[in-house]
Amino acid sequence: MMARKECVVMLLAGGEGRRLKSLTKKMAKPAVYFGGKYRIIDFPLSNCTNSGLETVGVLTQYEPLVLNNYIGIGSPWDLDRQNGGVSVLPPFAELSGASWYVGTANAVYLNFAFIERHDPDHVLILSGDHIYKMDYSRMLDFHKRNNADATIAAIEVPWKEASRFGILATDPDDRIRSFVEKPADPPGNLASMGVYIFKWPVLKEYLTRDHQNPDSSHDFGKNVIPLMLGEGCRMYAYLFKGYWRDVGTVESLWEANMDLLEEEPELDLNDPSWRIYSRNPYQPAHYIAPGAVVRKSLINEGCQIYGEVRHSVVFYGAQVGEGSVVRDSVIMPCAKIGRNVRISRAIIGEGAVIGDGAVIGSEDEGGGIALIEDHAQVDGRVVC
Amino acid sequence: MNKMLGIINLDGEQDLFQELTYFRCGASLPYAGKYRLIDFVMSNMVHAGITDIAVFVRKKYRSLMDHLGNGREWDLDRKKGGVFILPPDWNDPTDHSKGDLQHFHNNMDFFHRGRADYVLFADSQQICQIDFRAVLDSHIASGADVTVVYKRMEPAEEHRTCYRLTVDDHGNVLEFTKDEFNPNIFMNMYVLRKDLLLELVRRCIAHGADNFLRDGIIGQLPSLKVKAWAFDGLLQTINSVESYYKHSISLLQPEIHRELFLAGNPIYTKVKDTAPAKYLDEAAVDNSLIANGCVIAGHVENSILFRGVRVEEGATVKNSIIMQRCTLGKGAYLENVILDKDVTVTDHQRLIGSPSRPYAIPKRKTI
Repeated sequence: MMARKECVVMLLAGGEGRRLKSLTKKMAKPAVYFGGKYRIIDFPLSNCTNSGLETVGVLTQYEPLVLNNYIGIGSPWDLDRQNGGVSVLPPFAELSGASWYVGTANAVYLNFAFIERHDPDHVLILSGDHIYKMDYSRMLDFHKRNNADATIAAIEVPWKEASRFGILATDPDDRIRSFVEKPADPPGNLASMGVYIFKWPVLKEYLTRDHQNPDSSHDFGKNVIPLMLGEGCRMYAYLFKGYWRDVGTVESLWEANMDLLEEEPELDLNDPSWRIYSRNPYQPAHYIAPGAVVRKSLINEGCQIYGEVRHSVVFYGAQVGEGSVVRDSVIMPCAKIGRNVRISRAIIGEGAVIGDGAVIGSEDEGGGIALIEDHAQVDGRVVC
Repeated sequence: MNKMLGIINLDGEQDLFQELTYFRCGASLPYAGKYRLIDFVMSNMVHAGITDIAVFVRKKYRSLMDHLGNGREWDLDRKKGGVFILPPDWNDPTDHSKGDLQHFHNNMDFFHRGRADYVLFADSQQICQIDFRAVLDSHIASGADVTVVYKRMEPAEEHRTCYRLTVDDHGNVLEFTKDEFNPNIFMNMYVLRKDLLLELVRRCIAHGADNFLRDGIIGQLPSLKVKAWAFDGLLQTINSVESYYKHSISLLQPEIHRELFLAGNPIYTKVKDTAPAKYLDEAAVDNSLIANGCVIAGHVENSILFRGVRVEEGATVKNSIIMQRCTLGKGAYLENVILDKDVTVTDHQRLIGSPSRPYAIPKRKTI
């Protein structure tokens, strides 16, 4: 028998993340590495456990192997629970046939049975695509205080980027007046973070109706939210202030990694009261050899640095050989960089082997970010 | 597969750690930036397929209990077996066992309940990567009563109190001695059948003995077939401040670091979820091992920094071991120093020890 839960979390982790190019060739976007030690999904999962929400369904679809294996029974996030905990929810077959998840709303609709096992009052919908630290319990309090049917977390974004997001307009009491998904001419800069809390009976009704509508693309932002708003549901915006990044492209992933190298970064990974948890790769302390230079960088365990690392993020188990210079770059786990290599403004994939004397990327700040595929073997020159 | 039960006997371990063991037993002494001494023997046992491990403790074992927890990090959170911390306390008026025999007498259920036919003994002070499965295979193949593990090497100061073995050409142990020129260092590791162990224990207790190894095995040498198994890997024996410091600093040699941590099986330890180490613009780090969670703005040379150490601008650390969560203030200067956990060194302080006698500062001090 399951004990009741006030709030169940549905974490959408099936995204392909095509604009991350080779980084998502063999894994879903939420499994992509970030910050020297983490995967993107560590952030929403750690936020859940730190917010006291310990019943989480993770909806997977695209390339789920790495993600399934990584989540396991959820122990790194303290989500291995007798009652609740983390459950991976892939698409499945039923009596009426098998189907894939078509759109975010459809993915949740097909997992009503999971939600109903816990008989919650509210459902929190998250996406596994963003880097941020957020206390969802405060948002839930806000949602309950307003007796809202739905609450959408919102953040002010730079005006020039507003057209990439769902844009909200609110009354002075934070009630949502309008919502437009990715407007060409944005009426404001208050963007939806793709973090929603719904009253479970209301969500159930609207997702059922959306499912029956053959013209819908079964997406929360495009279909469900506008429909609810149009029918006068009580919907509120919960204003979030803090670091929040969609790392959907190679450039934005690189930039968000570079943000961590500030002396006082906006996203503090060393805060004992809000730890970001991740699966432990069992590596020893890292080694900095005589003559090596490391400045303004993040270096994880198991690395062996013989050369120079400046303004870069280096994941566990990576090696940088003698005479090599790594600048403004992200080195993914267990990459091996030989001797006298020059790497600038690049992302080096997991387990890539960079031969002696290779030159990768360029120091030109106008240029793009060079991306070396996982397990690639590179000899010679690669410029983005 | 033949099953083995592991006993890590901390009772009677040499403790010359002084300041470093005011608040803990030697087995839970932090080592190599993120481990505790006991992690090495625990990991070696787990990699040999051992799923029942008992730790015989007597004193100052709170931090050890905290570290081992339910054994999850060693995959020992099992329905059958797992890790058991066994103190000798027992209120049995008829009990007349003494010394480390108390552990056997008072925990007889543990031995009877386990399904293993063989028992492997070890302590926490022999830091190495050893294949205990190979020791057992050799023990079974030779038909010996007891197989003991030794390493032939130039004896160092820390081996002064270790038993040495006299071994014949067939690997038979003729003698355990304290002859300081004998290069066959006994590593306090041995394997024998469980039923023989229990019989030897019974006899020891009946005769009022108080040390199982000395009275149960060495004293019975003429009537037992004892074989020697030679370990040929890297061995670091750590039982004093000096040997702790010497071996810690030796980890900065890449070949030693590689053999202990990268070439063999992983060493498991309790996970702390700290972020990768952060190097600021002024950082200058040379020939050092750095754990996660450190924030470095100063100068670090030939040193080991444990998790969460802060080295502020203008601070210098040389030839030193700095344990978890220490803070070195601006302009501080440390040379040949061991700082235990949570020590704060205020701005511009100077602490200098000598290479042969490092300056050790106990936990939670502010200097």
